[in-house]
Amino acid sequence: MQTHHTTIDPSEVAKFEAMAAEWWDPNGKFKPLHMLNPCRLDYITAQIAAEFGRDLSDDKPFDGLRLLDIGCGGGLLSEPMARLGATVVGADAAAGNLPVARLHAEQSGLTIDYRHTTAEDLAASGEQFDVVLNMEVVEHVSDPEAYLNACHDLLKSGGLMICSTINRNPKSYFVAILGAEVVMRWLPRGTHEWNKFITPDELYDLITTANLQPVDRKGFVFNPVLWSWSLSDKDLSVNYVTASIKPV
Amino acid sequence: MKNSCDIVIVGGGLNGPALALACAQSGLTVRLIDRLEASELTDEAFDGRGYALSLSSQRLLKATKIWPAVASQAQPILEVKVTDGKAGEGPAPFMLAFDHAETDDGPVGFMLEDRFLRRALLAAVTAEPNITQHHGNVTAQSITPCAADVTLDTGEVVSGKVLVGCDGRNSGTATRAGIGRTGWGYKQTSLVCAISHERPHNGCAHQYFMPSGPLAILPLAGNKSSIVWTEKDGLARDIQALSDSEYLDVLRPRFGDFLGDITLVGKRFTYPLGLSLANALAADRLALVGDAAHGLHPIAGQGLNAGFKDVAALAEVLILAHRRGEDIGRSDVLDRYQQWRRFDVAALAVMTDGFNKLFSNDNPLLRFGRDIGMGVVNSMPALRRAAMREAAGVSGDLPQLLQGKSL
Repeated sequence: MQTHHTTIDPSEVAKFEAMAAEWWDPNGKFKPLHMLNPCRLDYITAQIAAEFGRDLSDDKPFDGLRLLDIGCGGGLLSEPMARLGATVVGADAAAGNLPVARLHAEQSGLTIDYRHTTAEDLAASGEQFDVVLNMEVVEHVSDPEAYLNACHDLLKSGGLMICSTINRNPKSYFVAILGAEVVMRWLPRGTHEWNKFITPDELYDLITTANLQPVDRKGFVFNPVLWSWSLSDKDLSVNYVTASIKPV
Repeated sequence: MKNSCDIVIVGGGLNGPALALACAQSGLTVRLIDRLEASELTDEAFDGRGYALSLSSQRLLKATKIWPAVASQAQPILEVKVTDGKAGEGPAPFMLAFDHAETDDGPVGFMLEDRFLRRALLAAVTAEPNITQHHGNVTAQSITPCAADVTLDTGEVVSGKVLVGCDGRNSGTATRAGIGRTGWGYKQTSLVCAISHERPHNGCAHQYFMPSGPLAILPLAGNKSSIVWTEKDGLARDIQALSDSEYLDVLRPRFGDFLGDITLVGKRFTYPLGLSLANALAADRLALVGDAAHGLHPIAGQGLNAGFKDVAALAEVLILAHRRGEDIGRSDVLDRYQQWRRFDVAALAVMTDGFNKLFSNDNPLLRFGRDIGMGVVNSMPALRRAAMREAAGVSGDLPQLLQGKSL
């Protein structure tokens, strides 16, 4: 790892490194992420299609779009984006994730540029993208404001950032910490720190401060009867996602 | 060079081509494998087989643009009369009469001859650029982390992201994948034929529950009807061995003379009845559809309709996954199909089996209970409408294609 300035908390990186090998097993440790993935992809694909005027029923609808997946992990979002035609850079600060992601992309016949780097370093090098995916990352960084400034710099003018995180309220403590980590053991103990969670209004403020313009927000809601996730206009009480654009 | 595509479908009957079309029309590439060449599958002559299509099935045919090719040959079913009868005694007094005027959806369903449906599906498959047809017997299949490969006896290897078995209740696709089956026989055989009759049927379908098994009279276009007639195995064998005129002599008293004089048209078929459920509907890079997933007793004529529901659900799961950029063969994608269909499949099997056991006997107590039960159902419009809507397949969590919406 380079010795550049980073907002990644080193202890957070180590936690995910330990989990990297199991990324692609739908019934393994990352089962909750695999379950959430269709819902995340529904939101991401709809937002990109709307912003860039693409038709999702076309072959390779994201052809010509340059996309950055921050905290790409095993490539759960990078691969679908590449399959839809986007030119994808997957960035992860945990070195252990990258061999897993590269190996899997090769098996899937996909070309993805996986890099062991951070948003800050990429921004410092002057790279820019049409789309920045910033999914379940902001609650793990030590300085969200500096991190979102880097995301701003990474976007081309008119570019789109999708940012998801977890709300901070009593319910999210019970659901995301007690429920997901302690009771269901979906996530290892200590995956999340409740006080790093961000309310939607705080996130909107952070995004606005970073000179991005929030355009949409939705909740990811888990239905324990159907055992699946869906998007909600109203319920942003635990997991939620936002879309913002960099003004032209 | 391998033949690579998105979806490999084994089985070119009715479900296979319907699934191929639904997926291909949304941009997925399909390889459709059948034992026979397409030209050998389309028999021009009427052979006596027909299907009672639910409204949902009709919507699937509309959404896949098949319906215009068969609409003029389809006979609307305007009314269904279900009667508990005993041969020689005529219908029992209590009668369950379904009338299309009770639902908002027009006819209850449509009768369509096998030859018209098969021909229309194959013509559409041949015209669809995203579908490639292969003929030959499958000798081997293998599932790798990234593909499903199928080897034909012609030496060809066809490869896709997902393999779908539409190859009937003895599905080789399921067997080769190590998916076992649960089921039992009913010691009953359905005799299937078509008759022409003097008087018009007025679009009315009849189902009589006889002691030996049900008898269905289903209206075909013109003064013709399809007969599905169920007897115990031994008796069915004896009846099938009779000459045409003797066969009609046995059939005539079973439903009386309300259609006037009857004559046989087309061939006579027999189908042994039994339940055969695959122990899984999906696995890694593999899904089962139609009879390969659930071979049912055809008492309620739900076999093809259940197959089309599988087709619509699987097509929707695969197309949505494809549009999200997911790998469509992954087990978590295919598991969505299994979750969607498995309750329905089990419920239909249990319901069908329950119905059959209730009606196929001569126990006076049950016969009494049947008459009372149907009288009660008949006197409660809401319950009757629910039963009709279930039979028409318009209730429940319907796939988009069965709602007549394209994907």
